[in-house]
This record gives sequence, C-alpha cells and structure tokens, in this order.
Amino acid sequence: MKTFAYTITDPEGIHARPAGILVKQAAAFKSTIKMSGNGKEADIKRLIAVMGMGIKKDMEVVFTIEGEDEEEAAATLEKFMQDNL
Amino acid sequence: MKAIKGKSVYTGTAIGKIHVYSKEQQQVKRVKVENTASEIERYNQACEVAKEQLGKLYDKACQEVGEDSAAIFEIHQMMLEDLDYKDSVENIISTQEVNAEYAVAETGDNFAQMFAAMDDEYMQARSADIKDISERLIGVLSGNNSGKLNTDEPTIIVADDLAPSETVQMDKDKVLAFVTRHGSVNSHTAILARTMGIPALVACGDELTFEGLEGKKGIVEGASGTFIVEPDEAVLFEKTNQRELELKQKELLQTLKGKENVTIDGRKIMLYANIGNIKDLGSVLQNDAGGIGLFRSEFIYLEKNDFPTEEEQFNIYKTVVETMAGKRVIIRTLDIGADKKCDYFNMPAEENPAMGRRAIRICLTQPEIFKTQLRALFRASLYGKLAIMYPMITSVNEVLRIKEIVEEVKSELTQQEIPFGKPEQGIMIETPAAVMVAQDLAKLVDFFSIGTNDLTQYTLAIDRQNESLDSFYDPHHPAVLRMIKMVVDASHEAGIWTGICGELGADTALTRTFLEMGVDELSVSPKAILPIRKIVVETNLSK
Repeated sequence: MKTFAYTITDPEGIHARPAGILVKQAAAFKSTIKMSGNGKEADIKRLIAVMGMGIKKDMEVVFTIEGEDEEEAAATLEKFMQDNL
Repeated sequence: MKAIKGKSVYTGTAIGKIHVYSKEQQQVKRVKVENTASEIERYNQACEVAKEQLGKLYDKACQEVGEDSAAIFEIHQMMLEDLDYKDSVENIISTQEVNAEYAVAETGDNFAQMFAAMDDEYMQARSADIKDISERLIGVLSGNNSGKLNTDEPTIIVADDLAPSETVQMDKDKVLAFVTRHGSVNSHTAILARTMGIPALVACGDELTFEGLEGKKGIVEGASGTFIVEPDEAVLFEKTNQRELELKQKELLQTLKGKENVTIDGRKIMLYANIGNIKDLGSVLQNDAGGIGLFRSEFIYLEKNDFPTEEEQFNIYKTVVETMAGKRVIIRTLDIGADKKCDYFNMPAEENPAMGRRAIRICLTQPEIFKTQLRALFRASLYGKLAIMYPMITSVNEVLRIKEIVEEVKSELTQQEIPFGKPEQGIMIETPAAVMVAQDLAKLVDFFSIGTNDLTQYTLAIDRQNESLDSFYDPHHPAVLRMIKMVVDASHEAGIWTGICGELGADTALTRTFLEMGVDELSVSPKAILPIRKIVVETNLSK
C-alpha cells in the first residue's frame, strides 16, 4: 500500500476540469485508489464523488493506493497533483 | 415599460424581439417493467447515443468558443460514464422494476441535490450539469430531441434556465442575448455566453414572468444588469445610441486587434492597461493590451479587514503574470493614504492627507508591511514578466532606501531557499520634486511612469477633490506638459524608458503630443486602448 498527502494550491480547488483529468489518469491503473479530505473519502475513479468532496484551496488530501501497479500510480498521481492542483 | 434586474454575465447591450424559450417539458412517468435486464440494456444504449451527441457538441463548441470552454462537454461525457451514477440508475431499475427514464430522472435529481447542497458556489452550479446530462438521457430514451430554436430573426432568448448544451446548440446568429430566471454567474452557460460575447443576465428571479412576453420589444443592458420590457421612446433612443457606440467599439476591435501601435512614419509606442482588480483581466485581454502598465495593488488591502498575507498576495500576482503570459505586468506597491483609507492601518487623522503619510512613505516607515509585499512580488516574478513600481517618490534617498530593503528581502529569501525572479523596478514620477531630479533618479531604476493626476495637482496646487476649483484646473497646462517632456528626456539620456499612467494618457487630444515627445508607453483603462491605437496608426509625425 502506498500513501501520500498533498495540499491543494489551486485557487479554485478541485474543480470540474482537473477532477475529470484526475479521474481519467486514475482509471488507467489497476490499483484501488482512494482520496480523503474535507472529512470525506472517495474512489477517485468516480468523477461525481470526487467533485462532491468539495476540496478547496489549502485543504490537505491523502491518497491511499493499493494494488499491483501502486508504485507507478502513486508517482503519476503525485506528479499530476503538483503540476495541476 | 418594465425593468427587471439580474446578474450580468457579459456587459453589452442588446435590443430586439423577445422569444420565450421553453423546453419540451419531459414528463417522466413511472412505469413497471418485467424484464429489468433489457431495460438496463436500453439505458446503456441510450448512454452511448448521448455520448456521441456530446462528442459532436464538443466539436461544435471547440470551433465556436475554443477548447477551454468546450471542455465542459468532455466532463459531461465523463459524468455519463460515472460509476456511481450508472450504479444508481441500474440499481433503481432492477430493485424497483421501473423504466429507465424514471431511474435516470431519480438519479439526476439526487445527484443534482447533492451538488446544490454544497457550501461552495462553484460546486452548487454543477447541479445544472447533472440535470443537463440526465435530461439528455431521458430525451434519448423517449425519442425527444429538444433544443431546437425556431425563430427566423435574431431574438432575446428568455428562459427559466439554460443548460450548457442548449446554449451551444442555439444558432449564434439568432441570439441577441440570454435572460434567465435561474442560473448563476458561475454556471457553464454563463461562461459560454461570456466567451461567445453575448450579453446575458442570469438569476432574474420570480420578477421575470413569461406571460405575454413573446414577441415584445426588449432591451438587455449588461452593464447595469437590467432587462427592460417594452421600453418607452426615450429609453429606446438612449439605448440604441449606446448600442451603436458599442458596435463601433467592437468594429474598432476587429480592425485594430493584433495591429502594432506604430505611426505611419514608424514611431512605436506601447499601449498598456491600468487595472484595479484581478477581475479586470478579461477586459485587458479583450481590448488587446500589450501589457499591464499599472496594477493598483491596494485593492488587495482595501478588500480585507487585516493585512493580506504573503501567500495571498503571491497567488494574486502569480495569477496576473501567468494570465498575461509573458507580457509585462507593472505592479505598483501599496499606494494607500490620501483618499484611499484602510481601517486596520490605524493611521492618525491628518490635516492635509494629500501631502501626508501615504504610499512609499508608509512603506519606508513600516518596512514590515513593505517587505511582505516585496517578498510576494519577487517570488511571483518567476512566473512571468513582472515589474515593480514604487509610488510617490520625491528624492534619490528614498530610492536608495528602497533598494536597501529590497536587498534585505532578497537575502532573506535566499537564506530560506525560496526561489525568486528578477523583476524590473521602476518609480512613479508624480511630484514636481521627482521631475526636477529625474536625471539622478534615472540612473537608479529601470523605468519611469508618470502619474499625471497627482503631478498636475501638486504642480498647479489644486486639490483634485475640490469641485469649486474646476475653472482653475487646466489638465493641459504647459507646466505639466513641459515636465513630462523633461522626464522623457532624462530617461532616454540614461537609457531607460518612460510611460504615462495617469488620466492624461487616455486623452486622445494629446496622443500626438506624447508621440512627438517620445513617450514610450501609455497605460490607460482597457477600453481606451483601441481608440488610442486608432489615432497612433493614423498619425504621421513627419507631416
């Protein structure tokens, strides 16, 4: 199992567009990927649930990744978060 | 005549016939089904059709409003494929043994409610997206194709609410404006209207009734957020003139956009925009500004109840330089005092605030406030072409003191291993003293920007706020114009440039004079840029 935390710096938070790209990226991996933050948790392969978390700027989110490609998934997603959110 | 207020999405005036747009009300009936598996299959097929429709809408939107605004239809496609949404629909079909239309309507309502209940305006607006995809699915399932607009002449579209897909499907040539009872300024429909350049009012509320509206004359005035039904003669006359002015401005934009600011005989000048808030960035880009010549940073302080933090400031500056994508952005450091007051600064009342403790004088006496801003500015300068401008300079010593503080800030950032860039640094010339020592000042900075409002007031000893002195106030006073010339000459001698960021810069009666003087840059309100460009390209200094 891999976990990492990230604090959102994007002024709009996880809004529709980056959420969409995040979900697409996550869908490419076999691992189960969960994101928690703002007192909620969601499977990040599910767009509506991710948007429904209402993650805003300065909130910390924690990713928990479990599965055969967890190493690669964690690296890819952490980079995505840093570059886009 | 009746006037209704709404929230304006795009400033602009539209005049024309009103058309009430109503969706084919899709009555969804709850019907028992025996074979739930084939009902789920019917739902899945409808999803495929809906996805294909959205793909086409995406292409249409890409062409009309660009990829960024079109992205919403990609999001819609993903929402359609969302596993929670899908699970919910299939679950309702199989456990309640009901038709797919009903299951979709239920699911759509539930998810839309979830978004509507969030404490974030942006996310609340997403409930419209969920409703949009649900209605599309129901349309496909029941064989309805809604969204056709049947009018021959362009009209003002009045509706309860509009889904993004409805907005894009409408033939743009047939739409003068949108007016809706519901909707928010953050909705994708609002964003699309803005990108398409169509005046739009949303959230007009229950005052907007549709009865008897069809075919009547209407006016949508974006600037004031007003929808006028059956205007009387005087109003109609006034708004028609206003509309014509706007059209002229728009035409000007079309013919002058992308053109260089160069006279017939080859003298170039930079035309930049003055802005007082991050919200003005849109009009800066729309009016084709070459950069931002004056970003009044005080709004960041005036909008708060306490000192803005370094991070808050950094994010604002970063957004501005990133949005301007490599074009120069001149940010003026805190210019508070005189007529701009801020409670938490706790400044004692002054006999003569215009000549009191203001702008750089506050920064030099309370360097901790100044340093916070400088840190944010130096850090943000990594993200674009940022320039810092210090206001209210009267002496060489002040500039030297500023430079000391800047050095302290830079060494602190270096010690803390916080990266920062190399912004240009310039000063405002807005006191007669600065004009007289301009030659000395020019050796210390990268550029000058002349603040003509204060320079005129200090030179003529006339209080700008005192209306009874208007007859003595001559903005074209030769004293001021000669001072501008002195400053320009002093700067060129030292190999730096000079701009004008006061109101005089937008005075088209002086554009030729400024070109002759060799002024390098004019920074004016975004709307004034194109009229000045028009004069520049038509001027021949050798004649």
